Amino acid sequence: MFEWFDSDVLLQQLLLGLSNGMIIALIALGYTMVYGIIELINFAHGDLFMLGSFLALTLVGVAMNCGIVDPELMGASSHWWLLGTLVLVCGVFCGGLNLCIDHFAYKPLRRASKLSQLVAAIGVSFIIVNVGLFWGGLPMDILGGGGAAAAPKDFPHLVSDTNLLGEESFVVMTWNDVVIFVVTIPLMIALTLFVKFTKLGMAMRATAQHATAARLMGVDVNKVIAATFAIGGFLGGAASVLYANYNSTVSFQMGFRAGMDAFTAAVLGGIGSLPGAMLGGLLIGLVRAMSDQYVGSEWTNVVVFSLLVLILIFRPTGLLGLKQREKV
Amino acid sequence: MTQAFARSSKQTFDRLSNPAGGHSHPSCASPRSNSLFLHLMKATMQRNTSTLLTSLTACALAIGTQTMQAQTSATPLPATIKIVSSLPRTGSANAQTTSMVNGIRMALTEVGGKVHGVEVLYEDWDDASPQRGNWDPAIEAANADKGIADSMVVAYIGTYNSGAAKVSMPKLNAAGLAMVSPGNTYPGLTKPGTGEANEPMVYRPSGSINYFRVVPTDDVQGFVAAEFAKSLNATKVFVLHDRELYGKGIADVFNASAKALGMEVVAFDGLDTKAANYKAIATKIKQSKAEVVFYGGTTQTNAAQLAKDLLAQKVDAKLIVPDGCFEEAFIKAAGANALEGRCFITFGGVEPKLLGGKGQVFYENYKRLYGKEPEAYAAYGYEAAKVVLTAMERAAEAGSLSRAAVLKEIAATKDFSGALGNWSFDANGDTTNKVMSVNTVKDGKFETVKVVGS
Repeated sequence: MFEWFDSDVLLQQLLLGLSNGMIIALIALGYTMVYGIIELINFAHGDLFMLGSFLALTLVGVAMNCGIVDPELMGASSHWWLLGTLVLVCGVFCGGLNLCIDHFAYKPLRRASKLSQLVAAIGVSFIIVNVGLFWGGLPMDILGGGGAAAAPKDFPHLVSDTNLLGEESFVVMTWNDVVIFVVTIPLMIALTLFVKFTKLGMAMRATAQHATAARLMGVDVNKVIAATFAIGGFLGGAASVLYANYNSTVSFQMGFRAGMDAFTAAVLGGIGSLPGAMLGGLLIGLVRAMSDQYVGSEWTNVVVFSLLVLILIFRPTGLLGLKQREKV
Repeated sequence: MTQAFARSSKQTFDRLSNPAGGHSHPSCASPRSNSLFLHLMKATMQRNTSTLLTSLTACALAIGTQTMQAQTSATPLPATIKIVSSLPRTGSANAQTTSMVNGIRMALTEVGGKVHGVEVLYEDWDDASPQRGNWDPAIEAANADKGIADSMVVAYIGTYNSGAAKVSMPKLNAAGLAMVSPGNTYPGLTKPGTGEANEPMVYRPSGSINYFRVVPTDDVQGFVAAEFAKSLNATKVFVLHDRELYGKGIADVFNASAKALGMEVVAFDGLDTKAANYKAIATKIKQSKAEVVFYGGTTQTNAAQLAKDLLAQKVDAKLIVPDGCFEEAFIKAAGANALEGRCFITFGGVEPKLLGGKGQVFYENYKRLYGKEPEAYAAYGYEAAKVVLTAMERAAEAGSLSRAAVLKEIAATKDFSGALGNWSFDANGDTTNKVMSVNTVKDGKFETVKVVGS
């Protein structure tokens, strides 16, 4: 019935896997950075990402209603400037919000047990989901249309849907795919350079290695942690716009699944490691696409998590994770 | 972990205002009261007097006239009685269920909120949680328990999802509380031989029937969908389902029907309903060259995303989805572009505006009262409540509004002339109504393309 090997199909699945994986990787960076520095699994990160896409939807709604963009042209022509602005605005919004979350929820618990911080993170996650549930109804209600707050919302395509490989081609690649690479790759390179070569980046690495020692050396640890949250949040916010545009759906529940995938990716790559999170994200995207095609979508989650278990059995610290040094 | 925190505020409020789960009679009738009084109060228990003073007087009277009370044979009718509904009110089914609750309220208003002079209270319960955005087994189970514990409740209208019914049916059956579903279409809930081997007896621990539905089942619907696929000249069909009771059930029926009608089923697979997108599946569908994709799923299990990804991956196959997608929210979530001329929705009934007779009256009244079009299932909510109220009226006339009496009268419903036409409950508790329709989306609205049976 299905030809086992078809190069067009394989090519298409590789492309889909990479596109999905890039978005996961971008979210995973937020998990891994925070974990690397304060050993906290920030469960609220996925939901923060969800709020970013809600802001994007609201702003697009405003732009369409104020005549800044023509609703008829959505998906037909590309609105690069709008997409760029949204990536920046939602990035800054999520970064700022993450900063506030750290300040009000995690910072007071810095010296408490790790478990208290974890529970606080779960609490923040619940709060954000319910904010999303409330917010979900607003953009459409205000701008006409109505509808249930909880229903998933259609997010208009900000870039053209035309197949770049020609209308006849089996493989479909549109600007929606391209835009993911165009935004994600520079962000990842910039982050790597930032952590490697800037003073703040060096302070981050020092804090990650040993917070007390870093403090003794004159590093303002709280400032470094705040910066980490802000950067992680920014990446999540940028990812949320890409996600909304790529899947053209926004829902208050999407943060849970996206966060779960990203967290798995971070663990797979070695939590605390930046290249690890990127690799883990791509790997999960690719494995999902391959499993959907060759195994059956019913088994995709089984395949992904079996892979995770296998990798953790042979490399307990993940693919690129460093061996945990005993902290005495 | 998330579900435990997930009770909607509405439900928490219900719980707070009604902690015992029982009715809020302020004095002797409380389950915690002194056992002597309880014994004495047995005869007056059903009489729901509203103030502390009057019920105290009643206590005193009961002591004085115990022997006299024992001699009167019939239990007096209570002053108030309660019906409840358990539907997913949180999540994307909200618009649909709001419309159903409106229907129930309309039915209640039409009888003046009373049957045979007894005031009927109605409570709208939620069986969904924000974290799932869909029905939640823990909450549905709690609702069933709450309904059973409240002695004033004589009928339970619900559920919307067949999977949820599976949870509450055995509980309500054991308690002998009548349950009327306005939305469950999974055949195995009532029809022997259509589902698992132990169905439907597994839902009837007491051995008798307490569950009824006013909506035709999926064994009819799945077949109509397959016939429609055939009429689109499909030779190959790709079948997907959401791995839920309802979705998998109707996909199974479609699968079998499609084969029987001579179509080739190229794949039968379950979808991950929380996935970000189905572009990989869409690619597989494209490769299979299937002309029709059937998805046994609902708006809540991401049917809209599948429709979008079929369009995004430039797959020409037409999508057929069942009645779980027959709601405004589906069009909103998918965007009309992804559906127009590409998607067909089957439904066990017809659009509210196409209803005839009393259905048309209902449609007009609904629009006048609520200022908008009713969703597809509004008429079923209305019909379910109407059946229950009519049965209660008959039971009250016969002198008792006990759970058993109401149940007996609901089961006896015959040639009921309602919004959905003239129909009866058969021996399984199913409606004899078999009207089906196939709908599509045009100009952002549902449009009926075919009506089958009558």
